[in-house]
Amino acid sequence: MDLDLTPEQELVRDTVREFARDRVAPVAEELDRESRFPYELVRELGELGLMGLPIPEEYGGAGGDTVSYALAIEELTRIDSSVAITVAAHTSLGTMPIFLFGSEEQKRKWLPELASGTKLAAFGLTEAGAGSDAGATRTTAELRDGNWVVDGSKMFITNAGTDISGCVTITARTGEDEISNLIVSNGTAGYEISAPLKKLGWKASDTRELSFRDCAVPEGNLLGPRGQGFHQFLEILDGGRISVAAMGVGLAQGAYDLAFAYAQEREQFGKKISRFQAVQFRLADLATEIEAGRALTLRAAWLKDRGRPFAREAAMAKLYTGELSNRAANWSLQIHGGYGYMDEYAISRLYRDQKILEIGEGTNEVQRMVIAKHLGL
Amino acid sequence: MKIAVCVKHVPDAAVTKRIDPGTKRLDRSGEGSLNPVDANAVEEALRIRDATGDGAEGEVVLVSLGPEKAIDSLRKALAMGADRVLLVSDPDAAGSDLVATSSLLAKALEREGADLVLFGQQASDSDGAVLWAAVAERLRLPLISQVAELTLEGGAVTGKRQTEFGYDVIRAPLPAVVAVADSINEPRYPSLKGIMGAKRKQQDVLSLADLEIEAERAGASGSRTEVLALSDPPPRGETRKLEDDGTGAEKIVEFLAEKRLV
Repeated sequence: MDLDLTPEQELVRDTVREFARDRVAPVAEELDRESRFPYELVRELGELGLMGLPIPEEYGGAGGDTVSYALAIEELTRIDSSVAITVAAHTSLGTMPIFLFGSEEQKRKWLPELASGTKLAAFGLTEAGAGSDAGATRTTAELRDGNWVVDGSKMFITNAGTDISGCVTITARTGEDEISNLIVSNGTAGYEISAPLKKLGWKASDTRELSFRDCAVPEGNLLGPRGQGFHQFLEILDGGRISVAAMGVGLAQGAYDLAFAYAQEREQFGKKISRFQAVQFRLADLATEIEAGRALTLRAAWLKDRGRPFAREAAMAKLYTGELSNRAANWSLQIHGGYGYMDEYAISRLYRDQKILEIGEGTNEVQRMVIAKHLGL
Repeated sequence: MKIAVCVKHVPDAAVTKRIDPGTKRLDRSGEGSLNPVDANAVEEALRIRDATGDGAEGEVVLVSLGPEKAIDSLRKALAMGADRVLLVSDPDAAGSDLVATSSLLAKALEREGADLVLFGQQASDSDGAVLWAAVAERLRLPLISQVAELTLEGGAVTGKRQTEFGYDVIRAPLPAVVAVADSINEPRYPSLKGIMGAKRKQQDVLSLADLEIEAERAGASGSRTEVLALSDPPPRGETRKLEDDGTGAEKIVEFLAEKRLV
């Protein structure tokens, strides 16, 4: 058993930690307040190779492993969730389907721009009435004169509507009981993108509703064999859960960091509040649970890197760290007292950013369904 | 153009520093990292290499003295873009003082014969800020220190030195030794590709024997200084406490004027 990171993994973690502290932290509050997409940071992240971390070098990525990727996402979330989800959704949900299921031609066409971060990719699975219950998908695609003609709409889609969004991979019904994945380029006639949706948190990330009306997509944009869409997106979500679990660890760690620092500044009843056991015990519990959550997440990533089954561990990590991040944000804000409720204290932003980690890419309840299934129930 | 950059693996800034009372040496067992201002020296070397355009011939070599785990810090500089590493590591070299260290580094640098030798102005652990001078002396090379701006032209290096009283502009023929200040540039982050590629770069670890240095000339036996005792700084003398009754600012100005500081 070896629980050490490799020197490369450590250097990835330290580099992203420094980047998040020096480049992201100073602007996070402003980006959140103005609900402004972090174009400049995405450009810098692209230059560092963080927009295509797990994509092989031959397609323009950095050729990193899943453990490095999880560490990078954790470090970004520790400082700001909006920036982290922009990277995570682009990588795990937007770029991965093309890398995993695309033909060589599709990979050559799309991946270099996506992996370098000059273009962003989105994944369109969720609809107004369908998400984890993908069987309820109502968007359709019909093959007519060499084109897939798409009709329908998608909901809560990340990264689809920025100035640099390049494409969205959508699930669509291509027949009775048949779902397929299609790549739709931004700018395709009949593909409309709504104004940014207004959200509780993740305010600097791009979230849209998409609609398709007689939207003709070239036949060659079908991803993998026709009718494989269901299996494909399940596989995408399995991998995506590792990145959302890493976000849970990062958010919990960030909330802990803020509470740890504040408890040593704030004085009440003549002493630092960190001297009170009520505060110490909460921080001790959090530090312990964060270690557990990180171990669970990195193990799921490690299994994936070894080509072993990881879906059960990824769902467990996603469930555990989602709920952990809730406790961490809640306790951290409680330790901050009234100041924590004020916008100028970062914990208020982390508190708002946290909730979605128990909903996105499968709610806590859906994770339990997935885990129960793996347990043979 | 061959540039050697002397770098040091120091205890990480986040680690509380502790002196081992037995050896009277800094406890270096915790997390370490690349000395911060050395990253500026590496950055400057990379900029010079990449600007001189002779890409194929240009080379940035990292030279360091330290324990084997110093490779972890050197890896960051490799990931930033340096070409290779020469680490002098030997149990007999542990505890080398400034004089012994300068002699080991000079030996290693002689092997390299670089056109330009860069140092960070000082290390965050010992804060000596004189090693570069000792090394330049041993190599019989000209030296410019505290450099905030550096230009190379016509076989010479020109350094704008930051001093308490303004700037000195000094020119020296190559080869030369230059110690840079942290104001000289903003070090780049290692790119992910750089990180993945670092392990494929040449990393030579040399012992004292490889450098043909006798063990007596290194470590404690090769040092001219000996730490006899360590103590905390004496407590501050008389202090004055001002209570702000609305005239706080005036009182501070009065105090500074009294000390002739304003």
